[in-house]
Amino acid sequence: MLTFIAKRILEAIPTLLILITVSFFLMHSAPGSPFSSERALPPEVLANINAKYHLDEPVINQYFYYLGGLLQGDLGPSFRYKDFTINELIGQSFPVSAEIGIWSFLVALIIGVGCGIIAALRQNSWLDYSVMGFANLGIVLPNFVLAPLCILFFSIYNQWLPPGGWNGGAWPYLVMPVIAMSTSYIAQIARITRGSMIETMHSNFIRTARAKGLPKYRIIFQHALRPAMLPVISYLGPAFVGIVTGSVIVDVYFGTGGIGQHFINGALNRDYSMVMGVTILVGTLTILFNAIVDILYAVIDPKIRY
Amino acid sequence: MNLSNTKNLVEVNNLRVKFRTPDGFVTAVNDLNFTLAQGETLGIVGESGSGKSQTAFALMGLLAGNGVIEGEARFNEQNILTLNEKAMNRIRSKEIAMIFQDPMTSLNPYMKVGKQLMEVLMLHKGMSKAEAFEASVKMLDAVKMPEARKRMNMYPHEFSGGMRQRVMIAMALLCQPKLLIADEPTTALDVTVQAQILTLLNELKNDFNTSIIMITHDLGVVAGLCDKVLVMYAGQTMEYGTAEDVFYRPTHPYTQGLLKAIPRLDAEDEKLSTIPGNPPNLLHMPSGCPFQARCEFAKERCGDSMPALKEFAPGQLRACHKSVDGWVA
Repeated sequence: MLTFIAKRILEAIPTLLILITVSFFLMHSAPGSPFSSERALPPEVLANINAKYHLDEPVINQYFYYLGGLLQGDLGPSFRYKDFTINELIGQSFPVSAEIGIWSFLVALIIGVGCGIIAALRQNSWLDYSVMGFANLGIVLPNFVLAPLCILFFSIYNQWLPPGGWNGGAWPYLVMPVIAMSTSYIAQIARITRGSMIETMHSNFIRTARAKGLPKYRIIFQHALRPAMLPVISYLGPAFVGIVTGSVIVDVYFGTGGIGQHFINGALNRDYSMVMGVTILVGTLTILFNAIVDILYAVIDPKIRY
Repeated sequence: MNLSNTKNLVEVNNLRVKFRTPDGFVTAVNDLNFTLAQGETLGIVGESGSGKSQTAFALMGLLAGNGVIEGEARFNEQNILTLNEKAMNRIRSKEIAMIFQDPMTSLNPYMKVGKQLMEVLMLHKGMSKAEAFEASVKMLDAVKMPEARKRMNMYPHEFSGGMRQRVMIAMALLCQPKLLIADEPTTALDVTVQAQILTLLNELKNDFNTSIIMITHDLGVVAGLCDKVLVMYAGQTMEYGTAEDVFYRPTHPYTQGLLKAIPRLDAEDEKLSTIPGNPPNLLHMPSGCPFQARCEFAKERCGDSMPALKEFAPGQLRACHKSVDGWVA
């Protein structure tokens, strides 16, 4: 297991390097620059700024400057927010998104798996149809529709929750972002759990468990749950990354100041270092959580040994 | 019919198993009757789809969700077909245990073999973990599992097919059930392992005085193990009697065909004898005898009515219009 983990860390380095290289050159090959705006700057000023950020040098040089900084953990200065480094910006916004994300993840996991199991055990009953109906609704209802509906209901019709803001992550400020974030994940997880649970419950070893005279809850929790969770877990890895790196919709509607806004603004503003920063963050998390999924697989399935 | 004087452990009366399908009801088992005394072994023989496995599932209460049962199955004089799930769970494995056809998939691949054995004892006998562990090791020893103690901590994928079937048998016998239903226990195993498993079952049957319902399509298995034989075809009983009678004096054309189809090493003719044709589609059963289309003796009346299952000699029943010696007028 330890060799497996060490191997995965070593594999991650070239993967990340390729990701950084491709994104860096792709981004720089796009026309425009951080300082090309509709109101053109005087050429001398632009030249000065470009020189300061090494933008007047060949892209390959800029690439190595960037890599040099990265080795020291420096994601560079923001091209947009003049007095901030990317480390500071991500350091401020990522914890917000991670907090919303982790809560959303837990909510999605518990409700999704629960609904999926109930639907599977009552397959083709009204309960199954209503749970799956809501699940389908959750998938087709985009969060840019759900978020304003939440505000309308919780903040405007009933003054239960503040319509936005963060306030250090106090729970009234968390509720609506978590609802908006988790709904589609609840739906997906419920669907995957249901399908997988139905399949597992029809397998031969569950028939054996029934022939043993085990009560139903023990068949479900001791025999069926582990194998039924395997497909869910492989979905959860990438889903977790998506969920903790936040969503621009949540950040815009609720003004939470999470990292989601930087994905869009970074690209629109040609904030090179911001785009690279969030790319590296998502890339690293993706590699990390795929490795965690692989480890979880080995924990659940005794046939998998590294 | 009652072949022995002892009280019957199992009495199946007019058992009928139907399945609801989008195309209507399919009758998998039709008016099945048999009895079994303590310590006796009954072989139920038939081709795939003859309803023999569904009979076993019906007795265990393990039918698929669309299955419907009619008739009664008395176990210790109690009709077990009407028991609710909770009452049935007190019988499963404790009084009636089952071994399945496919040992490769019948054990939980995500759970240690020891735990799968122990949970039966902890459930039905209220044993502690330590007691259950020791009793399980003992039972693995009894089914001749080498290094039983070490095997307790292994997962099913670390066992061969034959070893897994030994685990299944050990699991079935843990509570010393009165009845063991073995659904083609040797079909998925290679021939040498088949022989070992059958010898084992025979020994265990004598050691534990367990009654066995042996479901198989392999007549060799029946010959070696069973006291009584019931031959099924398309859900119907074709012939029913002592193993000796059915084997040495088969009277039903289907049984005769089956016996002829057993390959023999000493046969002069190199060609394998077969019964031509296929079993009928259960959704569109022909009227009359289900075997008529493949029967070399079939006459017009075979298409008109299903022959009744009648006792033609003491302890021997058959359902055929053809008399034992020729045609009844």
